[in-house]
Amino acid sequence: MNLAPRLGEIWVYLSATPLLGLTLTLLAYQFAFWCYRRSGGSPLANPVAIAVAIVVALLSLTGTPYATYFEGAQFVHFLLGPATVALAVPLYTQLPRLRRMAMPLLVALLAGSLTAAASAVAIGWALGASPESIRSLAPKSVTTPIAMGIAEKIGGLPSLTAVLVVTTGIVGAVAARLLLNALRIDDHAVRGFAVGTAAHGIGTARAFQVSEEAGAFSALAMCLNGVATALLLPLLFRALGP
Amino acid sequence: MLAALTLLLLCQLAGEILVQLLALPVPGPVLGLVLLFAGLAARGRIDAPLRDTANTLLQHLSLLFVPAGAGVMIHAARVADEWLPLTLALLGSTLLSMAVTALCLKFLLRRRNAGSPRP
Repeated sequence: MNLAPRLGEIWVYLSATPLLGLTLTLLAYQFAFWCYRRSGGSPLANPVAIAVAIVVALLSLTGTPYATYFEGAQFVHFLLGPATVALAVPLYTQLPRLRRMAMPLLVALLAGSLTAAASAVAIGWALGASPESIRSLAPKSVTTPIAMGIAEKIGGLPSLTAVLVVTTGIVGAVAARLLLNALRIDDHAVRGFAVGTAAHGIGTARAFQVSEEAGAFSALAMCLNGVATALLLPLLFRALGP
Repeated sequence: MLAALTLLLLCQLAGEILVQLLALPVPGPVLGLVLLFAGLAARGRIDAPLRDTANTLLQHLSLLFVPAGAGVMIHAARVADEWLPLTLALLGSTLLSMAVTALCLKFLLRRRNAGSPRP
């Protein structure tokens, strides 16, 4: 019995269903998370970075187009919407503390939010990035579904923004401990809030693994930054030029 | 669990509909978040199934970014052309905004705590 042609047929059949893309995403992530655990929760072993590298490597090796993969992966991608809504829960749990700190939090958030967008645009522009890339860079500190919506509104490329957002999150999650220790920030609320402002959901996932308090403040910063950037950035781009 | 998931989707759906109806600049899920938060605040308590479902979703938040991250494949040419400005813009702005937020908040909290001594 000749197995090779049968396997070929099975591959052709399976690559036409969403099953492979979905299973690959879950397997790659669980392996990445296992690596992260094995490393003792080191920020360098970022699970998103490892999982993305595995997925991209396997798709390239098998010559599978991203669009085919995404037919399956979209089910995971879709959950970003309900997960964004679910952030209301940790926010509500922290409500009494948030109320006491409302003013300082809002001021710090606006400062961080504007710094993120302005410095990304300025550095990209100074180093000669193309106009679409610059517009795709502007919302990169905001969580994916929000950032993609903003990119579309200000003339960027939503799918490029998604990649820049994920990279930003990985950079933030990897660098947070070192940077915040160097700045002598001890308060977990402050640490979490800074991580959530700069590195959205991936930073928040990391913060939740450090402490519940850091996670809740990171989630809060991520929501507030999402809303603030979604409101401010389109207005700024409209005011500043074509 | 099922009821909680339905509630999350209903909030998202209501958010999407309101955004379209009122031509709001925010994405639907963000408005959904605001709606759920307002609902919880109005009710004054949170049921265990909703809390558990939300925590389960948020525990694996990183997983949800994998499909979008793999999209780097379709932008390989652009990323290869503009890797320097893109990398430095991401690195610089992420570290800068994290530092600005942290220092700003630390300063404001300390100033406020100095003004009103802790009980």
